[in-house]
Amino acid sequence: MVNRLTDQLFTAAVWSAAILVLVMFCWLLGDLLLQGGHHLSWSFLLSAPENAGRSGGIAPILVSTLLILAVALAAAIPLGLATAAWLAEYTRDGGRGARAVRMSLDVLAGVPSIVFGLFGNAFFSIFLGLGFSILSGGLTLACMILPIFIRTSEMGLAAVPDEWRRGAAALGMTRAAALWHLLLPAASPAIATGLMLGIGRATAETAALIFTSGYVDRMPESLSDSGRSLAVHIYELSMNVTGGDEAAYASALILIGLIITINAIAQALSERWLTRRIITA
Amino acid sequence: MLRRIFLFILAGLLMLQSQTASATDERLVLTGSSTVAPLALEIGKRFERHHPGVRIDVQSGGSSRGVADTRAGLAGIGMVSRALKPEEDDLTAHTIAMDGIGIILHRDNPVNSLSDEQIKAIYTGRVRNWRKLGGPDRTITVVHKAEGRSTLELFLHHFDLKNRQIKAQVIIGDNQQGIKTVAGNPDAIGYVSIGTAEYESTQGAPIRLLPMDGVAATVANLRNGRFPLSRPLNLVTRDGITSELAKRFIDFARSETIHDLLAAQFFVPPPHVSR
Amino acid sequence: MFHADRWLAPLLATLACVTALVLLLILGFLWNEAWPVLTEGGWRRFIDAEGWYPLEGSFGLLPMLWATLAASFGALLLATPIGLASAIFVRFYAPQSIAGLYRNLLSLLAGIPSVVYGLWGLTVLVPIIAHWRPPGASLLAAILILALMILPTIALTSISALSAVPTALLQGAASLGLTRKGMILGVALPTAHEGIVGGIMLAMARALGETMAVLMVAGNVVQTPSSLFDSVRVLTANIALEMAYATGQHRAGLFASGMLLTLLVVLLAWWAAHAAGETRHG
Repeated sequence: MVNRLTDQLFTAAVWSAAILVLVMFCWLLGDLLLQGGHHLSWSFLLSAPENAGRSGGIAPILVSTLLILAVALAAAIPLGLATAAWLAEYTRDGGRGARAVRMSLDVLAGVPSIVFGLFGNAFFSIFLGLGFSILSGGLTLACMILPIFIRTSEMGLAAVPDEWRRGAAALGMTRAAALWHLLLPAASPAIATGLMLGIGRATAETAALIFTSGYVDRMPESLSDSGRSLAVHIYELSMNVTGGDEAAYASALILIGLIITINAIAQALSERWLTRRIITA
Repeated sequence: MLRRIFLFILAGLLMLQSQTASATDERLVLTGSSTVAPLALEIGKRFERHHPGVRIDVQSGGSSRGVADTRAGLAGIGMVSRALKPEEDDLTAHTIAMDGIGIILHRDNPVNSLSDEQIKAIYTGRVRNWRKLGGPDRTITVVHKAEGRSTLELFLHHFDLKNRQIKAQVIIGDNQQGIKTVAGNPDAIGYVSIGTAEYESTQGAPIRLLPMDGVAATVANLRNGRFPLSRPLNLVTRDGITSELAKRFIDFARSETIHDLLAAQFFVPPPHVSR
Repeated sequence: MFHADRWLAPLLATLACVTALVLLLILGFLWNEAWPVLTEGGWRRFIDAEGWYPLEGSFGLLPMLWATLAASFGALLLATPIGLASAIFVRFYAPQSIAGLYRNLLSLLAGIPSVVYGLWGLTVLVPIIAHWRPPGASLLAAILILALMILPTIALTSISALSAVPTALLQGAASLGLTRKGMILGVALPTAHEGIVGGIMLAMARALGETMAVLMVAGNVVQTPSSLFDSVRVLTANIALEMAYATGQHRAGLFASGMLLTLLVVLLAWWAAHAAGETRHG
C-alpha cells in the first residue's frame, strides 16, 4: 500500500520536473519572440547587416557561423572518435596512458571559455599565423568540444557488450573492421548525444570567438577571413550597440532555429548511416 | 536523399563564396575599443564603397588592446575611447567623435537632480537611502563600472575619487548592461553614455538622465560643449609609421560626410573639425 | 588479414596524445602569461592580500573563489535532481513521441548561447529578484541561470546512460515485482551511475567555466557572499571584465586566476572520481 503511494509520489515528482523544464523554456522562448519576433523576415536571413546590425540582415554572419562550425567539427570528430576508441578499446582501466588522457580531458572541460579565447588568439592566431580567421575560431572551438564529445562517445563504446567484440574476433574480423562496422555504429546514440552537446556548445560560444574569429561582419571569402559568429553578433547587438536589442532577439531566434535544424540533421544522419546497420535483439 | 541535400547546401555555400571580390585587395586592420568599433565598422563600410579594392577590417578587444596592437604593428589604426595617456606619446590621436557621460535614474524615481556632492556621497556609500535625497525610503543600488574602463576613469577623475573609495552594489561591463540594470531596478543609479541613454529612453526604457552642474544631459549640450563630462573617441596611429591607406581613412573619418553615421551611433562630432 | 590492426593501435594512440597535447599547450600558455605575477610573491599574495585592487597591486582572490564555488555548487544542487528527473521522465515515463520531442527540447536548450541566457536573466530574472530584495543582480540570480544552463547537459547524458542499461536487467526487476519507482531507483540508476556522474562532472565543469551569463546577472562586486542576495563576482567574470583593459602585472594576475580555476576543476574532478569509485567497464 505504502509502495503504491510512494510510487505515485515519485511519478508526480518526475512529471513536475519535466513540466518545470518545459515552462522555463516556454518563458524564455516567449520572451525572445515578444521582443524580436517582428524583426524577422526573409530579407533578414538573406541580406547583409546595416547600421551596425540594427537593420539589414544576418546572411554573412550565418555563413560565418556555419563555416566555423564546419571547421570545428571537421577537427573534433575524427580526433574525438579516435581518442574515445583508444580509451575504450585499447587501454587498461588503471593504465597510465588512459589516466593521463582522461585527466587531460577533465581539465580541458574545466578551462573557462575566455581562457580558450585568449589561448586560441595566442596559439592559432599569432603563433601559427592564422590571424583573426574562421580557421582560428573553428580550431579553438574544436579544443573546447573535445572533452564533451570524447566522454560521451567513450561511454557509448564502453556500453557495447563484450560478447560482440568476441564474436567479431571469432569471425576473423580485424579490430579495425570491428570498430568501424560494429562498435561505432552500436555506440552511435551516445556519439550523437556527444555531437549534439558539442554542437550546442560551439554555437553558443561567444568569448572564445571574439578573440579568434573576430568581429568583421562581411561575407567571408575564405576560411582565412575574419567572420563574426551569430553568438558574437547577438552579444554585440545587445551589449554594445545602442538600440540593437530587437535585432539581437531576432538573431537569437534564428540561432535557435539553426540549432534545431542541425540537431535534426545530426540525428537523422546518425540513424541513417549508423544505427540501421545493426539489428538489436 | 539526405546526402543529396547535404551536397546541395555545400554547393550553395561554395557558390556564395565565389561571388565576392578577389584576394588582392588592400587591407587595413583596426582594433581596440568596443565603444568605437560599431562606428568604425560603419565608417569602414562607407569607405569601402567609395574606394573599391580596399578592405577595412574592424576587430574589438578594448582600448588597451588598440594601443598595444598599434604599437606592435598588428593593427594599422587603434581605436581608443579616451584621451591618450602621457606614456603613450609614441602614438598620435585623431579625434573622430565625442561621447558624454551622464547619470541615470529609474524613471519612477522622484529625484530630479543631484549635485556633485550628493553624487559623491552616494558613490562612496555615505548616503545609502533615497530618503535623504528627497526620494522614497529605499536603499540605493549603486551601479558602477569595472576597473580599467575609460568611462570609469573619466567618472572618477571628474568627481575626484579613487576607485577604492567607491561602494557599489552592482558592477557592470558595457553601457547597455548599465542601462538594463537601472531599467530593471527603481532604486538604482548609474552612469552611462549620454547618447545611448537618450536613445533608449525615447524607445521606452524606464530611465531618466540627470543634469550635471545644472546643465541638462542631452546630445545637444554635448555638441555645444556645455556639458561637463565628455570624452573623445580617438583613432590612434604610430608616429612615423602610418600607411597611406590609414591616413586616407582617418581623413575620411574626420570629414563631414560621415556625420550622419555619428548621429546614428549617438555620438557628436569633435569640436574642432578642421576639414 | 590483420594488416589494418597493426597501424590502428598506434594511430589511435597518437591521436589521443594530440588531445593531451592540446591541454599541455593551454597550461603552458597560462603559465607563461601568469609568470610575471607569480615570481613576485608567489601564490601567497593571492590569499593574503586585502582585496582585488589590481591597479594598486593587490590581488586578493579569495572572495571571488568562494563566489565561484557557491554559484557552481548551488547550480549543481538545483540542476542535478531536476535534470535526472527529466532524464527518468524521457526514458521511463514519457510516451514514445513525447520522449523524442522532449529530448530535442533539451538539445535545444543546450545550444542557446550564454549571452541569451544572460540577457534574459538581466531583463527578466534580476528585476524580479530586485523587487523582492535589491539589488537583484546576485548570487541567487547566478545560481538560477547556471542551473538552467547546465540542466540539459545533465539530462542528456543521463538519458544516454539510462538507455544503455540492458533491458534484461529491467525486465528482471519487473518480474521480481518491483514497482516502477523501485526499478528505477534500485536497478536503473545504480547501473547507469557512472554515466550519470560523468554527466554531472561535465555540468560542473561547465558551471565553473561559464562567463557571459554570470557576468550579466551576478552583480560583479568583489566580496565574499554572506547571503544569496549579495552581489558577487566569479573568477571567470573577473577575467572577462578586466582582461581587455589590463596590462602588465594586472594581466598576469588575471591569467593566474584562470590557472587557479583550471586547477580547481582538476581537483574537483579527481576528488569526485575517487569518491564515486571508478567502476570497471568493458
